[in-house]
Amino acid sequence: MNFQIIKTKKINKANTFAYLALIVLLSSCQKDGIQNLPKRSWELTWSDDFNGTAGSAPDNSKWNFDLGTGTNGWGNSELQTYTNQPSNIQQDGNGRLLITARSGGFTSARINTKGKFAQAYGRFEARIKTTHGPGIWPAFWMMGANIDSKPWPQCGEIDILEQKGQEPHITYSTIHGPGYAGGSSIAKMFSLENDRFDNDFHIYAVEWGTDFIDFYVDDFLFHRITPETLKGKEWVFNQPFFILLNVAIGGNYVGFPTAGTPFPQTMMVDYVKVYKQR
Amino acid sequence: MKNNKTIQTILFNLLGLIILTGVACKKRDVTGLEAPKFPKTADVFIDDFTGDLGYGAFGGSDVRAFSIETRETYNNSRQSMRFDVPDANSPLGSYAGGVFISNSGRDLSGFNALTFYIKANQAITVGEIGFGNDFGANRYVVSIKDLPVATGWKKIIIPIPDPSKLTAEKGLMYYAAAPIGNRGYTFWIDEVKFEKLGTIGLGQASINNGNNTSITTFAGVNTTITGVIATFNLPTGVNQVVNLSTAYFDFKSSNTAVASVNANGVATALSAGTSTITATISGKPATGSLTINCAGRYINAPTPTRPQSNVISIFSDAYTNVPVNYYNGYWAPWQTTISNDFTVNGDNVLNYNVFNFVGMEFTAPTVNATNMTHFHLDAFFPGTIAPGRQLRIILVDFGADRSFGGGDDTRHSTTFTAPTLVSQSWVQLDIPFSAMPGLVSRNNIAQIILEGGDNSTLYVDNVYFWR
Repeated sequence: MNFQIIKTKKINKANTFAYLALIVLLSSCQKDGIQNLPKRSWELTWSDDFNGTAGSAPDNSKWNFDLGTGTNGWGNSELQTYTNQPSNIQQDGNGRLLITARSGGFTSARINTKGKFAQAYGRFEARIKTTHGPGIWPAFWMMGANIDSKPWPQCGEIDILEQKGQEPHITYSTIHGPGYAGGSSIAKMFSLENDRFDNDFHIYAVEWGTDFIDFYVDDFLFHRITPETLKGKEWVFNQPFFILLNVAIGGNYVGFPTAGTPFPQTMMVDYVKVYKQR
Repeated sequence: MKNNKTIQTILFNLLGLIILTGVACKKRDVTGLEAPKFPKTADVFIDDFTGDLGYGAFGGSDVRAFSIETRETYNNSRQSMRFDVPDANSPLGSYAGGVFISNSGRDLSGFNALTFYIKANQAITVGEIGFGNDFGANRYVVSIKDLPVATGWKKIIIPIPDPSKLTAEKGLMYYAAAPIGNRGYTFWIDEVKFEKLGTIGLGQASINNGNNTSITTFAGVNTTITGVIATFNLPTGVNQVVNLSTAYFDFKSSNTAVASVNANGVATALSAGTSTITATISGKPATGSLTINCAGRYINAPTPTRPQSNVISIFSDAYTNVPVNYYNGYWAPWQTTISNDFTVNGDNVLNYNVFNFVGMEFTAPTVNATNMTHFHLDAFFPGTIAPGRQLRIILVDFGADRSFGGGDDTRHSTTFTAPTLVSQSWVQLDIPFSAMPGLVSRNNIAQIILEGGDNSTLYVDNVYFWR
């Protein structure tokens, strides 16, 4: 807990203004201390504000549907069948995309930008109100656009937002690659103190460069990965990645829904924005 | 986080100093004196009773059920609350139940949940635990019913549907626990306090259990809105349903000429037409509604004219009725019929909703109808009579043992169909005992069973034997 040491020093300065400012910052519990964040300047390259009419599908010039059950439940023994039905995915007419996981056969939706948009490096962010309930697994994530020639995990995976519905106060960021995929992936959780993610919108973002991947919640940096983090394993993050949004039900990561899991569960996405560094 | 706390305390002290200074400078305004404030204390029972707390046992319960425990405590705290539920036949009381009352009353509006830890000496289901029961008006009651309790400590969260109502609450916690399989058990509760939890998901309140249903009724008939619940998502992602009193809701009638509704959720039909009753809780719409289709003036059943001396009455305002155990036995598991009996202009009516079958019983004593010649019942079908619709009336005699079964019971079932059965008009049914050969004896008649319902509504009046 480095910040506590810093805090003590600042208090000893007896600078009233710094002292009060620090106290105010500290009282917001999770966001420990002052962050000296890297100053980066961004230019918008791609976005979707989901301003379609109520009930409409996401813009097909930007998004593809992943349909069905994949192989072995999308590789994770997930229970849901992905559809393109409005009951599982639609724009709401108020600038939001709704992805709804439903019981009764377990249906949901997953979309991706593969072949329509991919970018190496930059800032990828989405403003999302997530879900709850044991076995519910919302995600905003990316995979290497070279996945067809370099199958997962060689293509790499960057998970900006993953949550387990039985712990709605925790969000996870993770990278997967060769030698550090699935159960041995490099992950970090960020938890809210006396609050939960599904009660409101939050901004989930990654800032990615040639030698860093920084994960943010509401502009708070909580997870930094560099090539050194991989301890000699291969850094596969120097090529374009495409974006995915989905809500999964059950599977090896989140566990399975229980009788107490409330359905339906809707993830609301206000926007997805991608920037490059100026 | 210890350092944080210290610093926050300093900040509060600083702020306090500033506020105090400010107050000292302010001129006193004697015209705007506020109502007395109640303490905002959060703790109910941590290691002992919090200052203002008292305990009272429910009537009929074992008054010694509650005690203070020093061995089984949560997180090795000094003391916990212990509850010994008696065996079913205990002379001291048949269940455990009571209220923890704040003598002063408290302002709980800054909290959003009552929380505590609970464990038992075996896996049990506690009937009800909640707050808002103050041995008085019980105005803002909230509870969890049928709470499963295990042998390890578990934290329970009972969300407050609208904390702004609880500015002077005395009922800090209450419980009721009955024996299971006639045997008693012991459970413990510790660390009871009110909290402001950000980890509770946004709640959804409901009336009529969240369903949109309609009833057909008459001017002057009262209907109580039931199924008043609220659902909150707990920090574990699962939902918790709480029962709450109607006083948390603001009710509204869509057509006040057709029906009015009061603060307790009692809707009164006023004139012919349709009105939908909905509700809000702290301004947020509750799911569920009740649509009242008022058919106008109530059609009373024809007043019986036979003299009392020639009648043994089971249910009628025209006669003195014999003792009746019940007019609806709620026979599990297949009965769907629920009773919403009403009184209109002094006339009591049996109102069977979702009617499939229903039984009335009178065993104290059974009825000796030997001197009677007929059975009479008035029936009213407010809905349509579907093709093939039957009404079967079954009389049951319990025989010499005057109790159900025993090999001496006899019964006869009489079936009525259209055109005898009509809609929207009283159907007067008389069955002579001579037409009931299955009823071998009639000196210990104890049950009247009505069958053949299609889950619609049936009104019944003037049920009696006559000669």
